Amino acid sequence: MLEQENRHLLSGREYIGVNKIDGPLIFVSKTHPVGYRELIECVDADGKVRLGIVLESSTDAVVVQIFEGTAGLTLPNTRIRFSGRPLTISVSKDMLGRVFNGLGHPIDGGPPQRSDIELDVNGMAINPTARQYPRDFIQTGISVIDGMNTLIRGQKLPIFSGNGLPHNELAAQIARQAKIRGTDTEFAVVFAAMGVKHDVAQFFIRSFEESGVLENVALFLSLADDPSIERLITPRTALTLAEHLAFNEDMHVLVIMTDMTNYCESLREISTIRGEIPSRKGYPGYLYSDLAELYERSGMIKGHNGSITSLPILTMPNDDISHPIPDLSGYITEGQIVFEREMDGRGIYPPIAGLPSLSRLMKDGIGEGMTREDHPHLASQLFAAYSYVKDVRNLASVIGEEELTPLDHDYLEFGREFEQKFVSQRKDEERSIEQTLNLGWEVLKFLPVEELHRITEEEIEKFYGA
Amino acid sequence: MSDRIIGQVKRVNGPVIEVMGITDAHMFELVRVGQENLIGELIKLDSDCAVVQVYEDTSGIAPYAPVYGAGMQLSVELGPGMIGTIYDGIQRPLEAIREMSEIYIKRGITIPSLNREKKWHFIPSVKEGDNISGGTVLGTVQETENILHKILVPPLDKGILESVVPEGDYTVEDVIAVLRTDDSQTKDLFLMHKWPIRVQRPTQQRLPLDVPLITGQRVIDTLFPVAKGGTVAIPGGFGTGKTMTQQALAKWCDADLIVYIGCGERGNEITDVLTEFPKLIDPRSGRSLMERTILIANTSNMPVSAREASIYTGITMAEYFRDQGYDVAVMADSTSRWAEALRELSGRMEEMPAEEGFPAYLPTKIAEFYERAGSMETLNGDSGSVTIIGAVSPPAGDFSEPVTQHTKRFIRCFWGLDRNLANARHYPAISWIDSYSEYLEEMSSWWADQVGAEWLEDRTEIMGLLHKEVRLQQVVKLVGPDALPDTQRFILEVCTLFKNAFLQQNAYDKIDTFSIVEKQAKMLHIIVMYWKRGLQAIKNGTTLIKLRKIKVYQDIVKMKFTIPNENLSGLDKIEARLERSMDQMEALHA
Repeated sequence: MLEQENRHLLSGREYIGVNKIDGPLIFVSKTHPVGYRELIECVDADGKVRLGIVLESSTDAVVVQIFEGTAGLTLPNTRIRFSGRPLTISVSKDMLGRVFNGLGHPIDGGPPQRSDIELDVNGMAINPTARQYPRDFIQTGISVIDGMNTLIRGQKLPIFSGNGLPHNELAAQIARQAKIRGTDTEFAVVFAAMGVKHDVAQFFIRSFEESGVLENVALFLSLADDPSIERLITPRTALTLAEHLAFNEDMHVLVIMTDMTNYCESLREISTIRGEIPSRKGYPGYLYSDLAELYERSGMIKGHNGSITSLPILTMPNDDISHPIPDLSGYITEGQIVFEREMDGRGIYPPIAGLPSLSRLMKDGIGEGMTREDHPHLASQLFAAYSYVKDVRNLASVIGEEELTPLDHDYLEFGREFEQKFVSQRKDEERSIEQTLNLGWEVLKFLPVEELHRITEEEIEKFYGA
Repeated sequence: MSDRIIGQVKRVNGPVIEVMGITDAHMFELVRVGQENLIGELIKLDSDCAVVQVYEDTSGIAPYAPVYGAGMQLSVELGPGMIGTIYDGIQRPLEAIREMSEIYIKRGITIPSLNREKKWHFIPSVKEGDNISGGTVLGTVQETENILHKILVPPLDKGILESVVPEGDYTVEDVIAVLRTDDSQTKDLFLMHKWPIRVQRPTQQRLPLDVPLITGQRVIDTLFPVAKGGTVAIPGGFGTGKTMTQQALAKWCDADLIVYIGCGERGNEITDVLTEFPKLIDPRSGRSLMERTILIANTSNMPVSAREASIYTGITMAEYFRDQGYDVAVMADSTSRWAEALRELSGRMEEMPAEEGFPAYLPTKIAEFYERAGSMETLNGDSGSVTIIGAVSPPAGDFSEPVTQHTKRFIRCFWGLDRNLANARHYPAISWIDSYSEYLEEMSSWWADQVGAEWLEDRTEIMGLLHKEVRLQQVVKLVGPDALPDTQRFILEVCTLFKNAFLQQNAYDKIDTFSIVEKQAKMLHIIVMYWKRGLQAIKNGTTLIKLRKIKVYQDIVKMKFTIPNENLSGLDKIEARLERSMDQMEALHA
């Protein structure tokens, strides 16, 4: 009991010499009672300071995870200082327009970040009763998203991509073009890079620069050659700033996190070193809960004007959507935008696969008064027809196109037009929702009217017949 | 804190805490940890050490922190005030938490589950000197317009009623009756009582499951009906519509009360229910749906151990209302997240894993949960039921994984969701090939009474066609549809019609969102008639094109949208017109 009361006095106490170093983990024994998830500073023989947190605390030993890697540390000469508080960052609106590392320290040569507001990077769970159900339509100017997988303010909509596919281009295009119609609110962008290449980071910076929004962007970079362990904290730091901007400063924030696959790899690395029981493909059993802690931080809150819309990007290992990372993400996020390599090969940009892509919040954000009254049925009809196109194509590849019925030929024609006119667009092309919907009707005209099961007669008269 | 200290923290590893110096703790005791007062449950005892799972974030907890025991098991409070409330996994009211800690859920908040100030109008139905025992109705409280809350004697109490208060307004903490037990002790009874969540509430006996739970969803009621008191699993990969199906059932099924457990799912889905349900009107009672709903929300980012507890909290509440004679439906979305919580806790306790890291006791736990469903004769001789509808989220949509497989052993109704149907936006995406219902036979007499004996024949006919269609589609994939004779191509036609006009149901269309059984039976009959008469016509020499071009065909396709539940005469007209068209065609070829 005595020791418990003395904890505050003891915090800040430093221990020289550690017992064991294993990868990014350090084991220290015979300490005062140390709190779980407490922040520590680790000082090496040359006086260089690295940050870490407590992963496990017991009466015998404390397990500490060092974010900046353990290279160069020795057992006797390493000093560990316990801070008695969780890992926090100081946040402010001035962080927009600047570049930080994964722990929130500036790396753009500017002065260090100072603010009175210190927030725990782990955040807290939002009370479900405090949430505001998102229903404001965001126009991205990209037909296949606006028309069929509508993005809603406060949504978490990941891009499931593969190596070499243009996910970065699409994310940048969305960041550039996204707007709420009828208002001139601008998005602040919080960008978290985890284990991505320098070129990719440069691509985003250049793209933000060219569109003149760089002063509205805060970048948190933990690049491919940074210690992998820093990636675990990068999205948390970024989201903590996003929460501050959205719910304390009433701003609309778009969070782009790339690449979630690297984040999960780091998580697996730590889990393996700790000797935890793995579930699928060596990933820890808590991968779902851990990802949920990140994704669930987006949304809207009653009584607050701001919002967090998040656009995580993940590359599916071997384009496999059933891999644990995209699979678990899909269970948490509100839909997904799936890229298809075959479409990319045919030169279609954006190569968004029509059928597996989905926006769960779309239903409440489209239709009369929000986009246009024909939007829900039109989208549903396009999905249904395109799904049949896939069947016809399979059939054609077996029996040959000539053998198809005249109706199936119509469908093939529709499929081609749909992909070429509706889905395909330039990387700088911005279409209004009306343009998108009109295009949808234009391609539907390749089908006979009896095939349009999901559209009402009035809509057929008003839009199809015209 | 008046609780006694039962030990000190030895080791902290996420939500699992090892405690040393244990004195008199008992298994599954409710405990509080550290100065922060974090709620936990004692789950393992080993000489002077114990393992506690904590229901809140354990950041900052250090060794030597005191652990207090509450002297009782983790329990829920059962009494008036639960309906329309949203709770977290351990029955803390989230609205009240929000008043204390704004948008985030802070730690260590202690708040009573039932409002202590609110007065309820209690009308007693017993008198002094009555012999009472567990389940006896002491009196009633009109909780909402449609739910008459019966105040029950706690299941294990028994004796003679010494006193009871007159009709009047009381809070849940006021003594409303005093009981003298057989060993001459007195015991105060209140409007509420507590019950441990991991213990099934006792009943007299199980009753047969022969009445269907009507859901208004055609694919379910007509093809794969579930009984009141039955168990269902809905497995499906992400995006196949598990939550949409669960919500549609919560809205339209004919249970008296819904307990909706959001277990490890999205925060916005709970918000969706919270914003939508109060606005929706229950077609049977004409009242807001929220007046028959209890919500339990433990979203994916809330502490994982409370997720484990949430389904027990929900089922215990359901059993309590069953004991009052109500039919209760429990929606658990999703049981996979609950199983994963078990796995995570088991891993942290360093238990030996079985399949895919899940603990070896997973099937036992799943069985225990589903066995709490049933149609029961209650302790007071009334009857009530608990139906469990559990969503399962198999990784990669692969039904061979442990949670789906073990669940299948303990349920009797299976609605498998199909990825291809969902991709084509065919909702509800319940596969007519993988799904089954074992209740069909027991319930067929109910259907015969309700809509006539033809129903079962029609259903058998159409199921036969759907299975034939699968085989024919395989042929079509190889050689194209032209190679099939017209009689077989007509099977494909009819199945397509049945899928579009009957199975597919639009949850956002005012008329289509819900179909009463009479409408379902009629629609089914019309389509089966089209099949039987059409087949005859083809044999007589009619072409497929002609069959498709009959005028009434388009009306059949659209009948789900055009004919409202309140007035089914339109269906009779369609049937008559179909009959005439077919007669004409027959005459032409005769």
